[in-house]
Amino acid sequence: MVGYFGSQLGEDPSLLPSTFIDKPFPEIAASPLKQDKPGLATSDLVGGVHVVNVWASWCIPCRAEHPLINRLAADANIPVHGLNYKDTREAAIAWLDELGDPYARIGFDDTGRVGIDLGVYGVPETYIIGPDGHIRFKRVGPITPQIMQEDIMPLIKELQQ
Amino acid sequence: MKPVFFALVGVFLFSMFDPSVAVQPDEKLEDPAMEARAREISKDLRCLVCQNQSIDDSDAELARDLRLLVRERLVEGDSNDQVFDFVVARYGDYVLLKPPIKSSTYVLWFAPFVLLLIAGTAIIFWLRAKAREHATALATQATGLSAEEEAQLSALLKDEKNGSPDKAGNE
Repeated sequence: MVGYFGSQLGEDPSLLPSTFIDKPFPEIAASPLKQDKPGLATSDLVGGVHVVNVWASWCIPCRAEHPLINRLAADANIPVHGLNYKDTREAAIAWLDELGDPYARIGFDDTGRVGIDLGVYGVPETYIIGPDGHIRFKRVGPITPQIMQEDIMPLIKELQQ
Repeated sequence: MKPVFFALVGVFLFSMFDPSVAVQPDEKLEDPAMEARAREISKDLRCLVCQNQSIDDSDAELARDLRLLVRERLVEGDSNDQVFDFVVARYGDYVLLKPPIKSSTYVLWFAPFVLLLIAGTAIIFWLRAKAREHATALATQATGLSAEEEAQLSALLKDEKNGSPDKAGNE
């Protein structure tokens, strides 16, 4: 028992694992945030590795992680999509204008219903989807350099083989 | 004094109402039976933002979203179980405030009883050992004196009672 409790030291017990790990990405369809960029649907997540990043303009950790999302889109050479969660179009677009828009597609989920179908319970959350359309990784909370280095980049490389 | 008294009465009466309900009037269903079902289901769903509250109690936005979702599913004709399944499919068993009994939760449910059993057995053994120890101690005490010393002791005690002098002439 001591061993079990000891192994959990340093783990955050409030983080929920995704119920969709290794399962197909749930069927969603989110309308476009911007006029000049398409919205996000599950049928778009084919033909390679995809990343879906759930964010909002009112979310401070989203702001903190965004440079890493920008870098990921630039370095990893895979599509990074955004899902704008419970936000307004104006605020979201202004936020992207300020911080940069690395997204290939952005879905607009103002009611949060799309998020619920994905098991989103807070922002930011980030999913990595394999070439078979299955969710291989979910991060609840902001991406950190450590997670990028230890979890995300290695997984993307592995999935691309 | 009187205003204080009335204030206290007011607080008491107010507290008779459930103060922790977070359901807003605009969320409520028109059908009271269905609304009652929605409340029952909500009380057993965990708010994932404030994880010790149900979505019925929590003021978090996600709680409101889930409350509306529950009502929507009921209006669509889902049974209570179907609503639970819908939410669990998306968030996992942790969203249920009553953890289900299945192979992955046997430890959670039964460990306290098993531990109690182990502890209880250990205590019984320990008490038995203590009792044996005590009996041994008493037995040792009883034979601490030899038969002769036992006789001398009772003789001395008898003498003291009668007040007669011992060999040294003391009383």
